[in-house]
Amino acid sequence: MNPIISANKLTKHYPGVVAVDGIDLAIPQGICFGLLGPNGAGKTTTIEMLEGIHLPTSGTVMYKGELLGTRYREEVGIQFQHTALQEFLTVRETLELFERLYHHTLPISELIALCSLDDILNRDTRKLSGGQRQRLLLALALINDPELIFLDEPTTGLDPQARRNFWDLVKLVKSRNKTIVLTTHYMEEAYALCDEIAIMDKGHIVSQGTPAQLLSDHFGDVVLQIPRTDAGSRIFDLGLNVADAGDMVEVSSSSLHQTLQQMMENGVNLDRLRIRAWTLEDLFINVTGKYKP
Amino acid sequence: MKKFLAVLHARNMEFLRDRSALVWNLAMPFMLVIGLASTFSGGNKEIYKIGVVGGIQRLASVAPALQSTLHIKFVPYDDLNVAINKVKHHQLDMLVDVSSSQGWHVGDAVAPLPNPPPLGEGTKERSHSRALGTNESLRDFQVKYWVNSSSPNGYLLERIVWGTEGQQFQRQAVEGAEIRYVDWFLPGILGMNMMFSCLFGVGFVIVRYRKNGFLKRLKATPLGAFHFLFAQLISRLLLIMVITTIVYAGCNVFIEFNMQGSYWVLLLVATLGAMCMISIGLLIAARTASEEFAGGILNAVTWPMMLLSGAWFSLEGTHAWVEQLAKIFPLTHMIDATRAIMSEGATLAQVMPQILVLAGMSVVFLVLGALVFKWE
Repeated sequence: MNPIISANKLTKHYPGVVAVDGIDLAIPQGICFGLLGPNGAGKTTTIEMLEGIHLPTSGTVMYKGELLGTRYREEVGIQFQHTALQEFLTVRETLELFERLYHHTLPISELIALCSLDDILNRDTRKLSGGQRQRLLLALALINDPELIFLDEPTTGLDPQARRNFWDLVKLVKSRNKTIVLTTHYMEEAYALCDEIAIMDKGHIVSQGTPAQLLSDHFGDVVLQIPRTDAGSRIFDLGLNVADAGDMVEVSSSSLHQTLQQMMENGVNLDRLRIRAWTLEDLFINVTGKYKP
Repeated sequence: MKKFLAVLHARNMEFLRDRSALVWNLAMPFMLVIGLASTFSGGNKEIYKIGVVGGIQRLASVAPALQSTLHIKFVPYDDLNVAINKVKHHQLDMLVDVSSSQGWHVGDAVAPLPNPPPLGEGTKERSHSRALGTNESLRDFQVKYWVNSSSPNGYLLERIVWGTEGQQFQRQAVEGAEIRYVDWFLPGILGMNMMFSCLFGVGFVIVRYRKNGFLKRLKATPLGAFHFLFAQLISRLLLIMVITTIVYAGCNVFIEFNMQGSYWVLLLVATLGAMCMISIGLLIAARTASEEFAGGILNAVTWPMMLLSGAWFSLEGTHAWVEQLAKIFPLTHMIDATRAIMSEGATLAQVMPQILVLAGMSVVFLVLGALVFKWE
């Protein structure tokens, strides 16, 4: 399938800093693509070059096989990480303002229903809660019925309930065959929403694929957590994939039965053993080099 | 057009709903006009300006005591009619014509002085009768002077003249309707209020938009920079013209301004002046995201304009380079044209030079602003 948007050797230099260093990306239509990375990894710079907000130092961005142009502005929807709105306007007036900036738009009534804005239509935008504000910003990003939508850390600062409500909204948008490019610091969010993710670090993409594929590539099936006092020091000599995790030790295993048997035979106390699956957070920490299991 | 109207409407709503700013924009010029009207009507200016036709040197020989009086600035003029007009428009406090004096000399016999004419009787030529000395004749007393009857400075200078030089100074009428001081400074105050509103109102708003990310959000839409800037210009222009009209009409109820010319020409000049100053505000705010920096630049532009455009005091008699420098400011041209329309009934053709300068400056600043504008 032809990608809806692609980047070829995308590079961005600032004085003394290489923020993005030769990234290649190809995002297929209709998926939710997650761009993850620690602070300063270059993901916001990357996404803003994809959005056409910043020009790359070198490299190209193509939308539907063409370089970004005026058509792109009409067909893309963007929700920035930090956005202010015109002050003293209500939610409805703000929607009407942005509606008039595009040739082709969704009916405002449809957006209101989609983003659950009915109850706050006449409210001053300065008086919205964090969740209400994010729903409005998403509505603004969708106002031109875009095929490609960028969501830059849309749930940062929201409470868990508002965050999950926003996830439902994103899933609803995705179900309309829209392509979503999402950046987030929340790994569970990326896991819940993204079909494919790329993890950036120091201006490079260090890992890319579906969440399940990436987890299986990097880890065993499960991780066993044992209190350090129960594990003793011998566990480090058993040839297992053991990591120090503060008060606990974590053992990565692709064969649960075999690993458990080996530990029991060597006198490891398993009374307080906990078993969990590997998460994207583990992967994130693993590939960005802050923690090696 | 749809995009332009959308941004224009949004900006108008933002301004009108910001009640504190709206009230302040309306109240400040009212307070300035009424406050200064009462202040200057009482007369507490300390520097006097006398125009001299016939040469300062000649004045020194004809009226040495007056010429050596402190706190008076003497400004030479060649054309008597031009100078009389300056008196009429409060640009000079007094005019003395020594060109036709026949050589009155210090030491000639001088009779006791009558009182100067009371304030308000300056519309008729006056001849003061007194006993002449043996060596005198009427030709010795042809030093004529003009004051504006409504000028407090003129009144005080007249007292000084009578006290220093005596009766050889003959009071002359200022031809035509005299102009009150309030009529003279009204264009300056309204112009200055427009300048602050246009420059700071537009400059700071755009810097705030840039700083809080609203411009970046607009950049992500198909809206072009020129549409955005033009909407800001028109929005502020409409608001400032409505406010200025309200202030003018409101003050006119109490003060009854002198208006000799056409309101349409006045409106055209004021509109172009406001447009020009808004364009300067747009240019200043075209790139910076720092309110402190923008504030510094705006102050650097507004203070010289405030001091040198003739808003507060006439530049008559200042260095020639100051007068030339003042011409680079749009406020100077706006105030000059406005005063000419209101006080002299200047026609569209007569203020066309100022109109062309203001229009030209507006186009240049707006185009420059659009060219260097950055959303972020």
